[in-house]
Amino acid sequence: MTTLAFTLLVAVGSFLAGLIGALTGLGGGVVIVPLLTLAFGVDFRYAVGASLVSVIATSSGAAAAYVREGFTNIRVGMFLEVATTIGALFGAYVAALISTSALAIVFGLVLLYSAWSASRPRPQHLLSTPDPIAQRLRLDGSYPTKQGERYYHVQRVPLGFGLMLGAGALSGLLGIGSGAFKVLAMDQAMCLPFKVSTTTSNFMIGVTAAASAGVYFARGYIDPGIAMPVMLGVLAGATLGARVLKRATPTALRLLFAVVIAALALEMIYNGATSRL
Amino acid sequence: MAQPAGSEPPGRSPDHLDDHVIEVALARLLQIGVGLAAFVVLIGGLRFLGVHWGEHPQYGTFSGEPEDLSRVDGIVHAAVALRGRGLIQLGLLLLIATPVARVIFSLVAFVLERDRIYVILTAFVLLLLLASLTGIVA
Repeated sequence: MTTLAFTLLVAVGSFLAGLIGALTGLGGGVVIVPLLTLAFGVDFRYAVGASLVSVIATSSGAAAAYVREGFTNIRVGMFLEVATTIGALFGAYVAALISTSALAIVFGLVLLYSAWSASRPRPQHLLSTPDPIAQRLRLDGSYPTKQGERYYHVQRVPLGFGLMLGAGALSGLLGIGSGAFKVLAMDQAMCLPFKVSTTTSNFMIGVTAAASAGVYFARGYIDPGIAMPVMLGVLAGATLGARVLKRATPTALRLLFAVVIAALALEMIYNGATSRL
Repeated sequence: MAQPAGSEPPGRSPDHLDDHVIEVALARLLQIGVGLAAFVVLIGGLRFLGVHWGEHPQYGTFSGEPEDLSRVDGIVHAAVALRGRGLIQLGLLLLIATPVARVIFSLVAFVLERDRIYVILTAFVLLLLLASLTGIVA
């Protein structure tokens, strides 16, 4: 395959990755790594480097629209980023001590269960009473819906913070999957509206990914010939995704999210089984 | 005590408007960062394709990147010389700098809002981020 053909095909695939990544709050990495390694035969390390670029591009590209339109809860994002950053450092530290292959398989199975549980709509009455910690931290917020601005109370802050420590550790250990656990922690534990959960996750994953960018560059994982079509394609896809999210129903977004994290779960189990982590 | 969530605002804080002004400015910052990064990568990409479009790249074998494409000083040097690959890497560095700039901006915003808890939280995230970017941690 010539460089030109490779560039164009990867850009098209990356467009899809950016679209899905922006809609689900997972970043583009879920699609980019299997696309590059399985469809184009790219080395796993180059694919992981391109995946990092795609996560930052999806995050920053879609976040501009999500923040401006008032979906993203910036305080929740900043507060939970403390947990994910500590978790990521811890994960990178213990990565040398434990079997990441076995861990990938375990978390793959956890994700498969989560895919099923996230696909079910959440009853609205759970959102009703204020939580004292959430009020102290001024986490409660509002977001636009078709019926106008809707206010919500953030629940179970310590549980959410704890799960975010885990999500951060997981990203430090496995390199993938942290976005999925971010969305699940906000959606299932803290009872945020689904669009707020995915857009706030989208807002956060850029910072988490940027923290490992220095290492990836230094190790030579980021190749300009691969990263260029990935970045431009993902940005275009994420921009479209941000427009689509505004009109999409939470039920449809939940279904897409469930399908994508089920695929991610299989990807993690496959990576674990083939010991590529 | 029980305050139903719904369409009415639950105890709006006096600086609610400030939060919105900050959101709009933050969105603009992200837009500029990403736009600038994409522009540089696009120019670099066109120059790169102009030279190498007909070649057959071997991405299946990992060979790492030379120093002028993996270190900041080397990348800047290659980009100033308007080499395609150097420009692409410079654009990617700008992309990576965007979330960092976003955290710095949030820190300044929380300082202006005199929101002490969030100043501490954001400063902590920024410190860890900078430490891991410069390779001090891990």
